[in-house]
Amino acid sequence: MAQLNEALREFLDEGTELLDQAEQDLLAIEKGGAEPATVDSLFRCFHSIKGSAGLLGFPEVQHLTHAAENVLGRIRDGKLAVASEIISSLLRVVDAVRKMLASILNTGGASDHHPEALIERLEKLLLGGPPSVQPAKRKEASASTPASTSTTPEPEPAQDASSSANTSSSIRVGVVQLERLMNLVGELVLTRNQLLQFTLSHEDPAFLTTSQRLNLITTELQEAVMKARLQPINNVWAKFPRMVHDLAQQTGKQVRVEMEGRETELDRTIMEAIKDPLTHVLRNAVDHGIESPERRRTAGKPEEGRIDLRAFHEGGQVIIEVSDDGAGIDIDRVRQRSLEKGIVTAEQLARMSEREVMALIFAPGLSTAEQVTDISGRGVGMDVVRTNVEKIGGTVDLQSRPGQGTNLKIKIPLTLAIIPALIVTTGGDRYAIPQVSLLELVRLEGAQAQAQIESIQGVPVYRLRGNLLPLVFLSRELRVDAQTAADLTNIVVLQAGDRQFGLVVDQVNDTEEIVVKPLGKHLKGIRVFAGATILGDGRVALILDVFGLAQRANVVAESHDRAMNERVAHAQAEDQSRQSWLLLRAPNDGRMAIPLSLVSRLEEFPRSAVERTGTRDVVQYRGKILPLLDLSRLLADPRSAQDAQAATDRETLQVVVFSHQGSDIGLRVEQILDVVQEKVTLQQTESRPGVLGTAVIQGRVTELLNLQSALRALDRAAVSAQPKGNA
Amino acid sequence: MSGRLQFCTFFLGNYFLGVEVERIQEVIRYQAMTRVPLAPGVVRGLINLRGQIVTAVDLRRRLELPEKSGDALPMNVVVRHEDAVVSLLVDEIGDVIEVDEDSFEPPPDTLQGSARELVRGSYKLKDRLLIALDTDRVMCFADGHST
Repeated sequence: MAQLNEALREFLDEGTELLDQAEQDLLAIEKGGAEPATVDSLFRCFHSIKGSAGLLGFPEVQHLTHAAENVLGRIRDGKLAVASEIISSLLRVVDAVRKMLASILNTGGASDHHPEALIERLEKLLLGGPPSVQPAKRKEASASTPASTSTTPEPEPAQDASSSANTSSSIRVGVVQLERLMNLVGELVLTRNQLLQFTLSHEDPAFLTTSQRLNLITTELQEAVMKARLQPINNVWAKFPRMVHDLAQQTGKQVRVEMEGRETELDRTIMEAIKDPLTHVLRNAVDHGIESPERRRTAGKPEEGRIDLRAFHEGGQVIIEVSDDGAGIDIDRVRQRSLEKGIVTAEQLARMSEREVMALIFAPGLSTAEQVTDISGRGVGMDVVRTNVEKIGGTVDLQSRPGQGTNLKIKIPLTLAIIPALIVTTGGDRYAIPQVSLLELVRLEGAQAQAQIESIQGVPVYRLRGNLLPLVFLSRELRVDAQTAADLTNIVVLQAGDRQFGLVVDQVNDTEEIVVKPLGKHLKGIRVFAGATILGDGRVALILDVFGLAQRANVVAESHDRAMNERVAHAQAEDQSRQSWLLLRAPNDGRMAIPLSLVSRLEEFPRSAVERTGTRDVVQYRGKILPLLDLSRLLADPRSAQDAQAATDRETLQVVVFSHQGSDIGLRVEQILDVVQEKVTLQQTESRPGVLGTAVIQGRVTELLNLQSALRALDRAAVSAQPKGNA
Repeated sequence: MSGRLQFCTFFLGNYFLGVEVERIQEVIRYQAMTRVPLAPGVVRGLINLRGQIVTAVDLRRRLELPEKSGDALPMNVVVRHEDAVVSLLVDEIGDVIEVDEDSFEPPPDTLQGSARELVRGSYKLKDRLLIALDTDRVMCFADGHST
């Protein structure tokens, strides 16, 4: 009895796979014509199902697949031309068999479907469908098999032999078995980590070599088991062409799906998690993205719309892109809808950038569909997509250009079981932060540490390259005592959804591969922890849930978000006048200032490093050639020519590196004095070319350099070959 | 002859407590613990039990007994609970003893407050009283006890 059940299960498993394959083949034939190989593969699918069904005693399945097989036999022999009617009938066979298999699975016994009508239809196709136009490819193929004239396909034994030979190179393994293997490998990784800590205190070479080998083998084993759990993304994608085909017919549109990177592999668990979001995105693309053929024609586009699915690996992550060449997202409509639904106020909307408005698509309850159809447009859409993707540590990015289409980019981790993490210490305990959320580390030392942390309406913020980064103190959130030196601040910059925040920790330790373990039920409710892991020394460390932490600290909450936006806007308004300046000693002992935001880096070069090409001085810098300019030349200031000479005679040159039209340029200055943050009011404007005006900074009159206009002037001068000539 | 029950016994201050042997996975000495911020106060931390992460519950706090004086380290009584295991931190481990089902009595009057609700009853032994813990109730603190 148990054996029979196993045979049945195998039949159902295999049948489902074969049906998926058959469906793909059918759609391939619809798109690209009846390639002999595809027809053969299709034939084999139906044939295998027929065989097993006969053996296990499911006559309905057997008869139906037999009828389909007959049709395919005729096509294979060049006796029947492929018509769209045939394709859709065969697709119906696929559906019907699928239903039968499902009912076999559910009721455990014979199905009570009656496929007679469908069989009749197939037989009609068989009789009444003479070869009208023979496809050219078919001719040569049939020429090689001239003998086959009978209508019932017979050359089967050979195919059976070949297909069973193919399958012997792989075996089916239960998912439970794989999960268990993965868990064991996880344990092994932890034990290995612990062992490696012991090796530090041993000197026995034999022991060291052995543990080194164990280390390597463990890593390889881990990779191999992880690989075994990977599946090509095609397992999810395979059903999309069919879905799009059906949707397109329903909506009267013409849509073609192109796929790139079907073989890209993903962990099972991740595959499950992205299935629904992807399906939703695709439905949206057909329903809202692609326009009707008439509208496309008017817009000067081909009538057939196109959806591109791309998948590839990048930096330990998987990127999935869905793009369409449809109408794009009407940003005004998003604005209008968000107002109607009360997602934002008019005032907030007015202040939002286009990108921010576009991000509202992901807000719960927003749908821009003109009409609610049964396909999409019920306002439960993109927010679910984003939530699901974020749940597995992924991100979603949406770009759209009106009239040209929409591009959705999903980034997800390869696996969830073993992840790289940053270990930090706070209050004497270590915590692991998943690397996927990590953007950068900032370390503030000395007096500047305190000075650079400001408070905007009670919220501590750090100004990171001109952007305000809300700070969350881990010790405060966890209610533990921070143990850190007063003049040192470690900020871990993290990404939570589309927001960034800085997490202040006592100490940043190291990165480690960690095995994620769930917390007991008593601790599940604490949302700032995603689980726990065992570190190399055998101690347990909690894994921080970056999103949960951000929510607890209120840096991502909707209301807070708004308040923050307002504050940022407010602060930025203030920023117009208050910004960081680089102070320089200008030629003739004057003082000049450049906005720090324009500066890439500050460098010093030895005098000997300067080389000459043509009329310009250059230095070799980071594998590139960096042209050097004199500040005096930039200002076209004849008075300072001597000073410039004096500057070039120095042993070391102080250079301000900035980027101009995509390449780096070095500005040779007399001396870099300081970086200040000050509210600057222009006192006098445009005193001379290349200068914005003068202002009082640090109590002294300072000229504000207008770098852009000075450079433009220089570019113009460069065209006339001798930049010095106009002095 | 009435049934005999086996109890794994331990001490908390003056109390002599026990849990049915079938519920116990193992007894181990003190393990380094990682505290869990924001957790209910009775959770002392997490321990690494051969790769498995186990929540350690301070049984003194759970029974609302005064904190232990002196610096002897507590022991772990690892109890199976539903699908997981939880460690109960106790002062000292006793023997595994057999008791007569007939000797069952209600909890002693000396046991007051909420501790009384976490106890099934007691067994009269020759020279002392064994208090039988109701582990299901002991484990039930996820809500309302958070500090």
